[in-house]
Amino acid sequence: MIWGVLQFPGSCDERDALHACSLLGEARLIWHEERDLGGADAVVVPGGFSYGDYLRAGAIARFSPAMEAVAEFAAAGGPVLGICNGFQVLCEAGLLPGALLRNEDLRFTCRQVELQVGHLNLPEETQVSALPGGTLSIPAKHGEGRYWAPEEMLDELEANGQVAYRYAPGHNPNGSARDIAGVRNKAGNVVGLMPHPEHAVDPLTGSTDGLRIFEAVAAAGAPA
Amino acid sequence: MTVGVAKHRELGLTDSEYDLIVEKLGREPNDVELAMFSLLWSEHCAYKHSRKLLRRLPTEGERVVMGPGENAGAVDVGGGYAVAFKVESHNHPSAVEPFQGAATGVGGILRDVFALGARPIAILDSLRFGELDSVRSRHLLDGAVRGIGHYGNSIGVATVGGEIYFEPPYEHNCLVNAMCVGLAKTEEMVRAAAAGVGNAVVLMGASTGRDGIGGASVLASAELGDGDDAKRPTVQIGDPFEESKVLECCLELLGKGLLVSLQDLGAAGLTSSAGEMASAGGVGIDIDVARVPLREADMEPFEIMVSESQERMLAVVEPSRVDEVLAVCEKWQTESAEIGVVTDSGQVRVLRDGEVVGEMPVEALVDGCPLYDLDPAEPDGWIYGNRQTLDPGATAGETLLALLSSANVASKRWAFEQYDSVVGSRTVRRPESADAAVLQLPEAGSAIAVSIDGNGRRVACDPYAGTVEAVLECAQNLACVGAEPLGLTNCLNFGNPEKPAGAWQLDRAVSGLADACEALGVPVVGGNVSLYNEGPDGPIYPTPVVGLVGELPDPERACGSAFASEGDAIALLGPFQPSLAGSELAKLRGELEMGLPQSDIAAVAAACTTVREAVRAGKLSSAHDVSDGGLACALAESAIAGDLGCRVDLSPLLDRSISSEEALFGEGRGGFVLSGERAALESLASNATEVLILGEVGGEKIEVTTGDASLAIGLVEAERAWNAISRAIAL
Repeated sequence: MIWGVLQFPGSCDERDALHACSLLGEARLIWHEERDLGGADAVVVPGGFSYGDYLRAGAIARFSPAMEAVAEFAAAGGPVLGICNGFQVLCEAGLLPGALLRNEDLRFTCRQVELQVGHLNLPEETQVSALPGGTLSIPAKHGEGRYWAPEEMLDELEANGQVAYRYAPGHNPNGSARDIAGVRNKAGNVVGLMPHPEHAVDPLTGSTDGLRIFEAVAAAGAPA
Repeated sequence: MTVGVAKHRELGLTDSEYDLIVEKLGREPNDVELAMFSLLWSEHCAYKHSRKLLRRLPTEGERVVMGPGENAGAVDVGGGYAVAFKVESHNHPSAVEPFQGAATGVGGILRDVFALGARPIAILDSLRFGELDSVRSRHLLDGAVRGIGHYGNSIGVATVGGEIYFEPPYEHNCLVNAMCVGLAKTEEMVRAAAAGVGNAVVLMGASTGRDGIGGASVLASAELGDGDDAKRPTVQIGDPFEESKVLECCLELLGKGLLVSLQDLGAAGLTSSAGEMASAGGVGIDIDVARVPLREADMEPFEIMVSESQERMLAVVEPSRVDEVLAVCEKWQTESAEIGVVTDSGQVRVLRDGEVVGEMPVEALVDGCPLYDLDPAEPDGWIYGNRQTLDPGATAGETLLALLSSANVASKRWAFEQYDSVVGSRTVRRPESADAAVLQLPEAGSAIAVSIDGNGRRVACDPYAGTVEAVLECAQNLACVGAEPLGLTNCLNFGNPEKPAGAWQLDRAVSGLADACEALGVPVVGGNVSLYNEGPDGPIYPTPVVGLVGELPDPERACGSAFASEGDAIALLGPFQPSLAGSELAKLRGELEMGLPQSDIAAVAAACTTVREAVRAGKLSSAHDVSDGGLACALAESAIAGDLGCRVDLSPLLDRSISSEEALFGEGRGGFVLSGERAALESLASNATEVLILGEVGGEKIEVTTGDASLAIGLVEAERAWNAISRAIAL
């Protein structure tokens, strides 16, 4: 499996994402000016401060040539994972519903959080809810991560099973509506979340729970 | 054009310095030349009151790759890699405008590190403010912490550690010291020396504006006083996005071998970069200011030469490679321009459209500033005042809670959670989980530990002993994670060296730094001096900040400070002779006065070695040094972090003719609180190192028995006190 990781000017976590992907397959960086995804089977839009987060987080990156290619790739059913700034980019691009606002306390916050996970496209025995503890331990770090959508849209997301990741009780670091940490599109092949699974792939740095999220993305794009 | 006498004084030069410039030039300097001299002959750039003292510091060691004089120091970490690091101050800009002052402090130290070809991998910061009950201090604190986060988070470099102290003498003159650690392939590193007559000089990064003009002389080399708001235009404005692009661009250029040398533009802007590169290379340099990309079209040549606009780098490039360099800059959307040429003239020449507007011998400009001897005199007693905030009748339990909730001892979670501590996937020990930050270096097959320390209050009590303690504290922190020191950087934050008391503090502190480094065998590979830190109420506490980098073979074995297992024994290891002199408790009681006991450096070093080896052998469950607030606070911190109580008896200490109060709350170097299996702890005792078994881990209380001052505090209550500030700020 070939993973493509986008790189914008101002990306910060692209090398970490590249490393995480390389644990599961081949991984390549895709420069923001490329229109060609280089045969990637799955795409990661990484964290950071693309284009300095000027105007609004993700607002400029969505217009990059690489993002045009990602939109086409997603429309064709290709799996796409947006992490933090990548989640913001996907929301700005209209590939995911909702928006990310400034954290409730108006401060950047970096801490380990516990995530509850809905049903993943993975074998039953590896469902997170079946694991000891039933949650994933993953770092979150952002200043604009408060998930927001109109109430009726939130209801719809819940009804459609589009709430992919939720902060466990007491772990919501930013005031997100309904403790939502990540959402997927209706088709299920595009998913975005604020916490950083690429920073939870090594027991030495704290946790390997992030690998589950990459595995689920890979499975979402696997032939049925 | 001649310049009136008043002008050079306005720019911070003395009459005799001005006369010397006239003598060296053989004529009066013009406006451009005077502006350039005033900056390079400022304390900030020329170290004219400190350079002679700094010669005392040991700078050589087997592992040193780059020493003082380069943009940053560097040590070999094996596998063909070197770690570059440096700490630098941005005190006065932060006191005037804390957000931008602190942000650009981080930006500046990052540039120093990537100028060597090292990718920045970690930031640590050392901050000092007045007490939290002051509106000014809270404003400065909030701005500085947000500024550090803004820059470090945006550029994607992990902030992994640091320290913050609150003391009244920093009320008007806060301290913001930032340290950056970078990793480089040793063979790809570059020095900041211009070479190759005929080579092009290329300016890269942000355009040049009027911000930060005179920052090094007007702001950094003078005392703060009334009317400092007017100095706000001398504070630079940071743009981490711009720096992120410049960083990637420079690393790509160096990786491709396209640069002869590289230098960042910091204090004094183009003037110092061009001058210092020429000086280091023994060449001359021509700069045409008409080719410098500007933010404002009508800038004067002197303004262009001294602007401190941020996010700029200066490179020397072979003429045949210039096009390739400009192409890489274009890829990274980094503005670049060929603005000059390396010459054999030995002169720094400033041109505008080919017309010479300034011409000075490099030697006079960069190395010609007179160096001054200090006129030190010990002050007559304690000059900083006292204020009592703790009832002298408080019980031992009340005292412990007061200490845990005091701003200096309390958890700094409220600050470090505002920083990205994990980006880069290297952070093995996050802030407050261990005594030192631990970073893995998979490419080099090793790991490093980093700590930054310096307790100004104790240095004020005895500048020599206090500075020795700062070095020893770093060494103890490294020992707790199993690391052996490789190299040291420092930032000497002091008051006015032209005043006898300030001179005495600086002189004694540098001697302490030199002696401690010598005894530990740790070379000083770089540093920075920040003088004239005085406000209307007087000087700051003399504050040498020490940053220490060490190596450890197995990061997985790095001990945390948290108690880990119920039933583990608790030991005190090392030559710990606690005293209330200069302690946090003495501060709360308003009993500060001159004098500190002297540390036995060799004995502390031996204890560090014992602890380091025990950690590496996997013998310990936790390791924590005894520091602010004494043994009781060290025990409480390990208990709170591990969510496990403890039962200890300090009476073995009382046999060392130490009082109960000193045993609980006294401070001094050399003590480690260790937990683990009793037999393993006992086996650490030797002729050189004493080990006292104090008790065991367990229960839901911190219970300490010590003669007439025993205490028992619930873990929940202790945790609440220790996190009170974090909770208050999180609201």
